[in-house]
Amino acid sequence: MSSVNYGSKRIVTGAGYGFRDWLAQRVTALLMALFTLIVLAQVIFTSGPIGYEQWAGIFAAQWMKVLTFCVIVAMLMHVWVGIRDIWMDYIKPVGVRLGLHIASIVWLVGCAGWAIQVLWRL
Amino acid sequence: MTELARKRPEFRNINALTDLPSYRLPAAGWVSILHRVSGALMFVLMPFIIWMFDNSITSEFSYAKFTAIFTVGCGFLPGWMMKLVALALVWAYLHHFIAGLRHLYMDAHHAVSKEFGKSSAMVTLSLSIALTLVLGAKLFGLY
Repeated sequence: MSSVNYGSKRIVTGAGYGFRDWLAQRVTALLMALFTLIVLAQVIFTSGPIGYEQWAGIFAAQWMKVLTFCVIVAMLMHVWVGIRDIWMDYIKPVGVRLGLHIASIVWLVGCAGWAIQVLWRL
Repeated sequence: MTELARKRPEFRNINALTDLPSYRLPAAGWVSILHRVSGALMFVLMPFIIWMFDNSITSEFSYAKFTAIFTVGCGFLPGWMMKLVALALVWAYLHHFIAGLRHLYMDAHHAVSKEFGKSSAMVTLSLSIALTLVLGAKLFGLY
């Protein structure tokens, strides 16, 4: 590793900020796991096919909407870290990778916005 | 430096496409690459997931539209293909979830043995497939 890390020798690619993202993935994963268990339990333990009433009913309560919103934001971070790692592993040319980073973020932010709109029918 | 040390063999992965199929991945290796694949699959299909969420939640009418794509199909895609896509998403989520829990366990317990790596990988693979079948049966009205 170069002992000089400023000016033209500064390293601007790579995941030098590794710990923050590593921790973010774990924390968001735990939140999403909790959410999964809450929804999955309600789905698995209904007898017969799930109708609209029961399904929509799960997301009707305000606390559930707030929790789902937090999960959507958590997913944004979690997925971004994962996808960025994939690009970082397989795409070496920096220009191409930057384009893919941008496309991925737009994709994710768009999806999150849509999901939040659905949740609150804005 | 001896001659031998200076002329080290170079592996540039140029024959990756011919080499990769001949590698034998251990169970933990399968869990790992499938963890990445399942994540990427969910990333790519996210708009579809949100479309399903949207239509399933909004109203009785849109819920009927949502269930219809699994019988009538969507555009030129037949219903059974949509069911397979949904099943693939179910598997992707379950595998990613369980492999993720395995990651968290390994993070929390700083030293895991090689045997644990193999046994936990086997559990991950079998549990995710088993739960996929259970949830698939539930989703498609088998019970």
